[in-house]
Amino acid sequence: MDIIKASGLTHDYITYDEDERPISVRHALENVDLAIEEGQFVAILGHNGSGKSTFAKHINALLLPTAGTVTVGGMDIADEANLWDIRQLAGMVFQNPDNQIIATVVEEDVAFGPENMGVPTKELEKRVAEALAAVGMTAFAKESPNKLSGGQKQRIAIAGALAMRPRCIVFDESTAMLDPSGRKEVVATMHRLNREEGITVLLITHYMDEAVGADRVIVLDGGHIAMDGTPKQVFARTEELLNLGMQLPKVTQLANALTAEGLPLPAPILTEEELIEELCRLRSKI
Amino acid sequence: MLRDITLGQYYPVGSPIHRLDPRVKLMGTLVYIVAIFLADGVWGYALAVLFLAVVIALSKVPVGHILKGLKAIFIIVLFTVVFNLFLTPGEELFHIWKLSVTKEGVQRAVFMTVRLVCLVMGASLMTFTTTPTALTDGIEKGLGFLKVLKVPVHEVAMMMSIALRFIPILMEETDKIMKAQSARGADFDTGGLVKKAKAMVPLLVPLFVSAFRRATDLAQAMEARCYHGGKGRTKLHPLKYTGRDLLAYLVIAAYLAGMILLKIFL
Repeated sequence: MDIIKASGLTHDYITYDEDERPISVRHALENVDLAIEEGQFVAILGHNGSGKSTFAKHINALLLPTAGTVTVGGMDIADEANLWDIRQLAGMVFQNPDNQIIATVVEEDVAFGPENMGVPTKELEKRVAEALAAVGMTAFAKESPNKLSGGQKQRIAIAGALAMRPRCIVFDESTAMLDPSGRKEVVATMHRLNREEGITVLLITHYMDEAVGADRVIVLDGGHIAMDGTPKQVFARTEELLNLGMQLPKVTQLANALTAEGLPLPAPILTEEELIEELCRLRSKI
Repeated sequence: MLRDITLGQYYPVGSPIHRLDPRVKLMGTLVYIVAIFLADGVWGYALAVLFLAVVIALSKVPVGHILKGLKAIFIIVLFTVVFNLFLTPGEELFHIWKLSVTKEGVQRAVFMTVRLVCLVMGASLMTFTTTPTALTDGIEKGLGFLKVLKVPVHEVAMMMSIALRFIPILMEETDKIMKAQSARGADFDTGGLVKKAKAMVPLLVPLFVSAFRRATDLAQAMEARCYHGGKGRTKLHPLKYTGRDLLAYLVIAAYLAGMILLKIFL
């Protein structure tokens, strides 16, 4: 079943002058048709200004379409009556770890979402404990968020979304401000939630390496869908990706360079394990 | 340097006063402040001082620590003493040049000093024994009755708790900007007051810009998590009264009654 469905989605950013007259219009998204199946891990790639963050903010009804419709779990986001249900169903984790933690104690921050939904105290305690356990942060329940690392803060933010029992979590460049080890922590958490809890993950990123493990990769460019397919399909189109200003995952770059030097490797190679396996196979043939 | 500033003045020792519900402490402080204005004789002030002394003893906060807080009001106390001493009419004790000191003046100066000192010590005792988070909760729950008067109690409490969360972050950021600017030759340490103040301007601009950006982000994150004001919100750790709190309310009521009785009959 499709959990997110956008049809003819258009979003314009309009700048106004002092007298509220529009002076310029920028089309962030133009006539985008997209359906995302429940339970999938979908990566949305694109360079700055490609419209990927704008798309993400529609899923949580933080932005509303200029034209076209978006439905989340079958509910139209433009209908005000659905607002709180949609936000409960589709959690969101943002870019800056500091700017999305509201409370001064970790467990209280995790409880913030369900508190707003009016979940009774007994149930709240259970949800907070579960959410913290799911991201492996139980030991930090009583700490101040200021003392945590970037990766830990992002895991708290994920727990905050989880405590609302969402069916889908949107990660809006949630790894962009983290160091490599923090990024690994957070990406591993996403994959585990997707695999074990069956939560649909929508990962907005410009790190190609993170998209490799996805079920589906969508590349946006200038407000349009430029590519859509499995990681294998998308990363095989090297030329096109480079033209869109994107870089291939490091391992794929290495494999391509080796192919250019004359090694008969199958394209594309996306993970280190794959590359090692192929190289070993080649050696055994010699 | 900026990291050393502690938030609030919470003094972490475990005491019966520390464990009281923040609403009790808020109400107690309010009652104490109001009641001290009822005192107009030796006995009234004696009761107020006695009450405060007992609470301080119970709170296990060292008296010296509390007295340090009085430094801030030293000038005000000094002014009060001088004006009351010389400008109260009545029976003259002695005079310096044209200013006469009266018996009533001495009495009034002493009373006013006691009153001010009690006020400040009483109020600071609350912040010494209550964490800022508990205080915010206490304000939201305990002053909820002000909603009838259209006072946005929930919003104020929410703002306080967000401020508590972001003050350390903004301090760290100030530190970073200062270092970045010092590295490029900005001078924050030399020169007079005016020069130092002027040096702060290029610091404030980026700080404000970043604070506004953080505010936008935070508002979005709060909305994404279904925040829509205090209506229908539940709490992970709701405040609950215990027997201890009821006892404390009784003591506070008894104190207030005592102050009123002293005012009427003495």
